[in-house]
Amino acid sequence: MLKINNLHASVEDKAILRGINLEVKPGEVHAIMGPNGSGKSTLASVIAGKEEYEVEEGEILLEGENIDELAAEERAHKGVFLSFQYPVEIPGVSVTNFMKTAINETRKAKGLEDMPANEMLKMIREKSELLEIDRKFLSRSLNEGFSGGEKKRNEIFQMAMLEPKLAILDETDSGLDIDALRIVANGVNKLKSKDNAVIVITHYQRLLDYIVPDYVHVLLDGKIVKSGSAALAHELEAKGYDWIKEEVNA
Amino acid sequence: MELKEKLVSSFMAFEDMVDVDSPVHDIRTEAIKHFENVGFPTKRQEAWKYTSLNSVLKHDYSVFPKHEDALEFRDVKKYFIHDIDSYKIVFIDGKYSSHLSQTTHDGIDVCLMSAALTKPKYRLVIENYFNKIASKDSLSSLNTAFSAEGAYIHIPKNKLVEKPIQILHFSTGNEAALMLQPRNLVVVGENSHVQIIERHQSLTDNPVLTNSVTEIFTNKRAIVDYYKIQNDRETASLIDNTFINQKQESIAKVHTFSFGGKITRNNLNFYQNGERIDSTMKGITIIGNKQHVDHNTLVHHIEPNCESHQDYKGIFGDSATGVFNGKVLVEKEAQKTDAFQANNNILLSDKASINTKPQLEIFADDVKCSHGCTIGQLDESAMFYLRSRGIPEKEARGLLMFAFSNNVLDSVKIPELKNRITKLIASKLGVNIGFDL
Repeated sequence: MLKINNLHASVEDKAILRGINLEVKPGEVHAIMGPNGSGKSTLASVIAGKEEYEVEEGEILLEGENIDELAAEERAHKGVFLSFQYPVEIPGVSVTNFMKTAINETRKAKGLEDMPANEMLKMIREKSELLEIDRKFLSRSLNEGFSGGEKKRNEIFQMAMLEPKLAILDETDSGLDIDALRIVANGVNKLKSKDNAVIVITHYQRLLDYIVPDYVHVLLDGKIVKSGSAALAHELEAKGYDWIKEEVNA
Repeated sequence: MELKEKLVSSFMAFEDMVDVDSPVHDIRTEAIKHFENVGFPTKRQEAWKYTSLNSVLKHDYSVFPKHEDALEFRDVKKYFIHDIDSYKIVFIDGKYSSHLSQTTHDGIDVCLMSAALTKPKYRLVIENYFNKIASKDSLSSLNTAFSAEGAYIHIPKNKLVEKPIQILHFSTGNEAALMLQPRNLVVVGENSHVQIIERHQSLTDNPVLTNSVTEIFTNKRAIVDYYKIQNDRETASLIDNTFINQKQESIAKVHTFSFGGKITRNNLNFYQNGERIDSTMKGITIIGNKQHVDHNTLVHHIEPNCESHQDYKGIFGDSATGVFNGKVLVEKEAQKTDAFQANNNILLSDKASINTKPQLEIFADDVKCSHGCTIGQLDESAMFYLRSRGIPEKEARGLLMFAFSNNVLDSVKIPELKNRITKLIASKLGVNIGFDL
């Protein structure tokens, strides 16, 4: 699904990622953990195609195809989805209309006709039920005045609608109370299949109680310094990151 | 001959066409003398620092078009909000078109200024209201001097006028260059409500200069919603001088949609003569090429407990230029004034520019006045957000610009008009927003 080889990336000449290697196979859930400033969000943005980041070295392969040169929308059309840590507010564009635009633009890129209105409505109904989203919520302006929890739930709703192959959840757990966390995790779990993959980026082990990862990676100073099973997340929760830093520096 | 000389000398010819014995003519005579003294404004004047009229004053305009032309409704239908029932006052090259109009005298007067200025039954209203709030600046004076035709709207008290009134001015290109000076008077009685849509439309690329004056009087608790659609050709220029005198508890809202024209200057002035008055000005400007739009607003807070709201959005591409000059004047007696002013702009090109200048002059000590202006580019993180959802760059830009300007439409009360403006915005931004609103 996703293969990252020796990825180096910088923003404004400041090196952030310093040689990332990562392979994610279909059906897998990977967690990427690490302290603030270790490069977690940068990695997510680079995979999704944010232009401010310069890829200096290495490659990102999606299903064997190098996507380095592709624009963010082209990566989305190929099935990459990023759930934002800080979703942007778009006044005047409702959640429903935004999703219609996103889905139909993706279909257009694939040479398909617009999704018929009744099919779209049916899909919106199903997916909003999955995320326990009230219908009224869907006619509100995208993210405008949404609470932290509503924004994150809306991100996963978009993921459900777009049915990506590779979903990257960037700190989706931050700002969520326990009920919202459960709903979001439940949504992600229901969307999981043997054909898609999920990368969960998080500070805390909390979310990983609900979305159980197959692999846990520790990112430190732009490199993956340790990988392990779900047990590693528990260890990090209990012991923090210092012991890993010491291990790396030893 | 320069345009000023031409206008001054044609005043004599104009006098052959109007009743020189009426009291209105004394006002005209006074006005032409004033214009002769001061001439057209220049960039040396503070209020015209960023807008030069030189390029539009150079044409040899016909001041009194000779040709008559008829237009078929089907040919100009698209310039009307045609999917609603409305009153219409339509002019072709400055002359009234009864064929395209739908006026009324049924309980309200929606008719012609030429009738109001000459028929005895309107004399009292004209005496009480005509030229009572129009300022004595050079362009308003010029209009006053030649005031003869335009829209006359008089709503007596306690009338809810359900049908909007559309005022349309077409210029056909029958003259090589045409100058128009429509004069409108709107008087709205106590507790009455009226909605007006105004549009100036040139049908060819022959130069047109319109110097319009509109006086609006809102009596106690009256409500006026005025919409100006400015989406003209790049050979047409408009100087719109609008003056609104409000009595207590009245609400006046003016929306100005400036999407095209060579030079568009909006002089919009509110005078609050009463307590608990609400004055609202909203504008969306979306222009490109070498177009120029200048919003010059004034709110004069004279009495206590009144509000004013200004919200102007601008999107400027290519070498387009914009000006926002918003003055809020709060008199010493106008305590508890709540005045808000915002002017937010997006520049899409290095050659586009906007000069924005809020002016607050506050003499009262217990007021809430705020203003803010921004000039920026599109938010890159928002762009990334949209594109990461599969929305291509061009559509994402359009969607963000639409979102930027959209809240100005919240207060548009005629759904068909809102729909039309939304579509105009989408087409100006060059995007298919992909959904119905």
